[in-house]
Amino acid sequence: MPAPATLLPQPLLKLTDVTIQYATDRQIVTAVQNVTFEVLRGDRFILLGPSGSGKSTLLKAIGGFFPPTRGTIAIDGQTVARPGPDRIMVFQEFDQLMPWRTVRGNIAFPLRENGASPTEATERADNLLTRVGLTKFAGHYPHQLSGGMKQRVAIARALALEPRILLMDEPFAALDAMTRRRMQEELLRLWDDLGFTLLFVTHSIEEAILLGSRILILSPHPGRVRGELNVPPHGRDRSADSRQFLERRIHSLLFDQAEPPVPEEAAHG
Amino acid sequence: MAEHILRQHPLDRPEYLRALEPSLPDIRLPDQTSRWHRLTAITPVRQVTLLLILAAAWQIYASALNNPLILPSFAQTAAAFWSGIFGGELLLRAWTSVELLLAGYAIALVLSVALTLLAVSSRLGADLLTLLTSMFNPLPAIALLPLALLWFGLGEKSLLFVLVHSVIWPLALNTYAGFRGVGETLRMTGHSFGLRGLRYAFAILFPAAFPSILTGLKIGWAFAWRTLIAAELVFGVSSGSGGLGWYIYENRNQLETANVFAGLLTVILIGLAVESLIFRVVERITVRRWGMYK
Repeated sequence: MPAPATLLPQPLLKLTDVTIQYATDRQIVTAVQNVTFEVLRGDRFILLGPSGSGKSTLLKAIGGFFPPTRGTIAIDGQTVARPGPDRIMVFQEFDQLMPWRTVRGNIAFPLRENGASPTEATERADNLLTRVGLTKFAGHYPHQLSGGMKQRVAIARALALEPRILLMDEPFAALDAMTRRRMQEELLRLWDDLGFTLLFVTHSIEEAILLGSRILILSPHPGRVRGELNVPPHGRDRSADSRQFLERRIHSLLFDQAEPPVPEEAAHG
Repeated sequence: MAEHILRQHPLDRPEYLRALEPSLPDIRLPDQTSRWHRLTAITPVRQVTLLLILAAAWQIYASALNNPLILPSFAQTAAAFWSGIFGGELLLRAWTSVELLLAGYAIALVLSVALTLLAVSSRLGADLLTLLTSMFNPLPAIALLPLALLWFGLGEKSLLFVLVHSVIWPLALNTYAGFRGVGETLRMTGHSFGLRGLRYAFAILFPAAFPSILTGLKIGWAFAWRTLIAAELVFGVSSGSGGLGWYIYENRNQLETANVFAGLLTVILIGLAVESLIFRVVERITVRRWGMYK
């Protein structure tokens, strides 16, 4: 049974009827259409959809890089107006680090810009570097790191700023399969340790189930909400039966027009 | 039959597991490179050697020609250079030129930064910069000299005017091109740190565009030198003591050809020094260290 709405905590992020359109030379294209969802504090919320479902566009609008055409995006009740350090984004691309700053400098710089003292910034940077296992590389420049290490630095930098919500746009998609697997586990470990709120965009069902606590499924172009599913806590165990069932449900939501299978009973509630 | 074989299961081979055998140790090779190899691996060594060969060729040809009025030998030029530096006024003249050059360069630097900031902050500013650079960049600075003389009279101001003109357009063009080449991801990253306006430009755009800016600075420096020497040759003395261009012109009139060569040598040496001491060092501690130059 779903809990009555009044008992749920105040959502951290709330999207209401968000439609995003952009104009090309010839036409107006709708990227996402009437998207409504809520992210609660501590969620690992996944936006899952095929390419062209506008999930990255949606994430950038939440980041504040452009306003939605219609609808509202609000954090703690305040409408998002511009990018800011309370919604740090980790991108897929490796060039999100500043090549002219060391690993430590890349983490400390935004802290300094947002009011931390030099010692405070360095301490926090070093603390996060320890957590992602890059202490030895603090003095290196980004071009001296591997792809996986660059993404670790980007994650450490984002977490050092203690954002209200961490936005991740397929951050592991450009990594090789083994590194990706390790990074996914590390992200979960960091979440266990630090307890942040995560909004994660992916087109991989496997990744969604592994990382998420709740999954929003978007349809192909234009992106419309197909449903929101809970991931049972043991979803992280890749061999569980329920994982296979969840995967089938997601699969049918993504690719079939017919009604998706419904669990026979609320066995995991 | 082939089809039959394909349908068979693979041959049943036993599986096996193995304990890891210890890996072979890494072996350090003794340093086998000869002294000659190490010496020729140093770029300046090779360059200086080339220079010596060129100087020797010059010396041989000039000795054979034996007409110091047309082509003084390397030794004569070196002697003229030596006495010009230690006895004559060559050093003073060179300093007059360099001083003017630095002033013009600095003014042009500030102006082109202002222009490019305007260009990244508004579409009209971008149009203005594009229009101005496409109009004025091809215009030789010397062609503006008569106008400068009319406006500013015979003096340093006129020289500064043409100097600034020769530096500002290539520098602004390169800086702006560098700004536009800054990746979208890095831009968004900067914005999400809460950076805006000038702070954003100086913390993200300028360092990210630094390889292009450096190219602009180098081109601007070369243009400034050429313009200054040419302008001094054309209109000569400014406020008492002329610069290097004037020195060259004067000595040609007095048929002191060795001194003319010494003056040219000074121009070349200053150019070399700036390139190898200043630009190369800046390059090493910035774009090379950041991995932006391969």
